Amino acid sequence: MSLRIVVTVKYVPDATGDRHFAEDLTVDRDDVDGLLSELDEYAVEQALQIADEADDAEITVLTVGPEDAKDALRKALSMGADKAIHVEDDDLHGTDAIGTSLVLAKAIEKAGYDLVVSGMASTDGTMGVLPALVAERLGVPQVTLLSEVSVEDGVVKGRRDGDTASEQLEASLPAVVSVTDQSGEARYPSFKGIMAAKKKPVESWDLSDLGIEADEVGLEGSWTAVDSAAERPARTAGTIVKDEGEGGKQLAEFLAGQKFV
Amino acid sequence: MAEVLVYVDHVDGAVRKPTLELLTLARRIGEPVAVALGNGAADTAAALAEHGAVKVLTDDASEYADYLVVPKVDALQAAVEAVSPAAVLFPSSTEAKEVAARLALRIGSGVITDAVDIEAGDSGPVATQSVFAASYTTKTRVSKGTPVITVKPNSAAVEAAPAAGAVEALSVTFSAAATGTKVTGRTPRESTGRPELTEAAIVVSGGRGVNGAENFGIIEALADSLGAAVGASRAAVDAGWYPHTNQVGQTGKSVSPQLYIASGISGAIQHRAGMQTSKTIVAVNKDAEAPIFDLVDYGVVGDLFEVVPQLTEEIKTRKG
Ligand SMILES: Cc1cc2nc3c(=O)[nH]c(=O)nc-3n(C[C@H](O)[C@H](O)[C@H](O)COP(=O)(O)OP(=O)(O)OC[C@H]3O[C@@H](n4cnc5c(N)ncnc54)[C@H](O)[C@@H]3O)c2cc1C
Ligand SMILES: Nc1ncnc2c1ncn2[C@@H]1O[C@H](COP(=O)(O)O)[C@@H](O)[C@H]1O
Repeated sequence: MSLRIVVTVKYVPDATGDRHFAEDLTVDRDDVDGLLSELDEYAVEQALQIADEADDAEITVLTVGPEDAKDALRKALSMGADKAIHVEDDDLHGTDAIGTSLVLAKAIEKAGYDLVVSGMASTDGTMGVLPALVAERLGVPQVTLLSEVSVEDGVVKGRRDGDTASEQLEASLPAVVSVTDQSGEARYPSFKGIMAAKKKPVESWDLSDLGIEADEVGLEGSWTAVDSAAERPARTAGTIVKDEGEGGKQLAEFLAGQKFV
Repeated sequence: MAEVLVYVDHVDGAVRKPTLELLTLARRIGEPVAVALGNGAADTAAALAEHGAVKVLTDDASEYADYLVVPKVDALQAAVEAVSPAAVLFPSSTEAKEVAARLALRIGSGVITDAVDIEAGDSGPVATQSVFAASYTTKTRVSKGTPVITVKPNSAAVEAAPAAGAVEALSVTFSAAATGTKVTGRTPRESTGRPELTEAAIVVSGGRGVNGAENFGIIEALADSLGAAVGASRAAVDAGWYPHTNQVGQTGKSVSPQLYIASGISGAIQHRAGMQTSKTIVAVNKDAEAPIFDLVDYGVVGDLFEVVPQLTEEIKTRKG
């Protein structure tokens, strides 16, 4: 029986670009180039490795996002995923984490799945909670923040390196997994992969395909409200000295002046 | 006055500092009621009472250690039902964030993560967040349900505020999902004797410029002269020179100490994401053009192998 893997990937504004908020205080996605979140490349990579180990597996990449988010799907397909689903709807603009988890969960259910693989966090929102929310909604185990993962005989196992301990975890499928950037470098798409990706199917779904009402998502349906966003004032220019043999002492003098010594 | 639930992060009864900071914030919006779970839960009460907890709800069932996340969500849900709080606050540890998010979904509320401040507002608590690698500051509210907010370490001062801290057993019925993810093994992190990275008042970090695991001794010596924690850039971690648990940045720890000293670190955006809210920033880098110098209060352009040992010696001399 085929192992059905759904990888959730997010299209994010490039972190090295100049990121801003739009007038409605949502993330401005127009001025900065977007890309597949680097942290989701690790999810695609682990899904590919799990699929390699399985007798028969199929990887579907799923994104919820604007038109351009197709670029993220293409990249994942060129890495080796089999097909893609793009959930896109004008009413999704401004959806927060709780709303996004609803859309992802409905889409994952509609796609059919044994294993969901997500990134550890998105590089723009950086909440790191969607995999847990999706597991809660799907009613299946969460095996999250893994730096090592494997699937065998319907059981997913992994290692989670936490703040105070490193834990070995185990759950039966179906389950939701998320992987960290410690799980192993993601592969680069090969030329062959890039060409093959052009022929792979990308399905588009909107809210009505998922049976979601417009007021359950978007800015209106949001469970949180951003009241203001202010650019952080630039740090006042500091003192910079060139070391001419006394740099360490000068630094100590500064620290003493600030009462750190 | 309305009650505010505070999730207690503790290790076998020893309360971690970010929880005490949460109590300071909780007192701004109501009366703190703490929830302590797992082994040693009741032992947390004295420290919590000293910092303002009027009540401490405890449950020491073994499920909290044996299964991931969901038993804690069940417990927090039971606590919310028992108390009907004005808000629920969590420290922003990776696990507590997951517990917070699932709790919010269950009780029909919004969730805000990684706040750096909380104030009382006309329509509920207002959280301050620092986003896009700390280039923006936002004010956010939960607009539906009971606000669930996670707060980063070092966001508030620990204040003594003695309160009753009466221990009460929390009665929890575990959901069917509670035993879904089994913890089959646990290796506690070995203590280095240095302060915890996210909690430390001073963090001393080294990057690719440190050029080898054997050279990290220079960074550690400086840290020890200041009673500081040691951090590392991802380049230093990926090279295997320092453990991943010490990585500062987007995919490592986010720190906000009084003083951050970066040596041999260029200051890439992903590194800045984890340290830019530090109060005072100091850097040593041999490249005058390194972006880290845009952030510093004081910078030395020079070779860290010269500057850092001299700094350490001078600090030791001054401290006597
Ligand atoms: C998705 C993603 C997540 C990431 N997450 C993180 C993260 O969490 N944390 C993180 O740190 N990075 C992260 N990175 C990596 C980040 O982009 C940088 O590559 C990394 O921070 C560089 O580390 P560095 O500053 O030590 O090395 P470099 O950029 O190579 O800088 C080394 C610096 O040392 C200086 N130097 C060299 N020798 C000396 C000397 N003898 N004395 C003084 N100075 C010297 C050089 O002038 C240079 O400025 C992430 C990247 C991605 C894509
Ligand atoms: N809009 C989205 N579409 C698809 N996957 C997403 C989306 N947002 C978040 N995710 C997934 O959830 C993970 C954690 O995201 P976050 O909780 O936003 O930090 C990401 O690494 C993705 O795998």
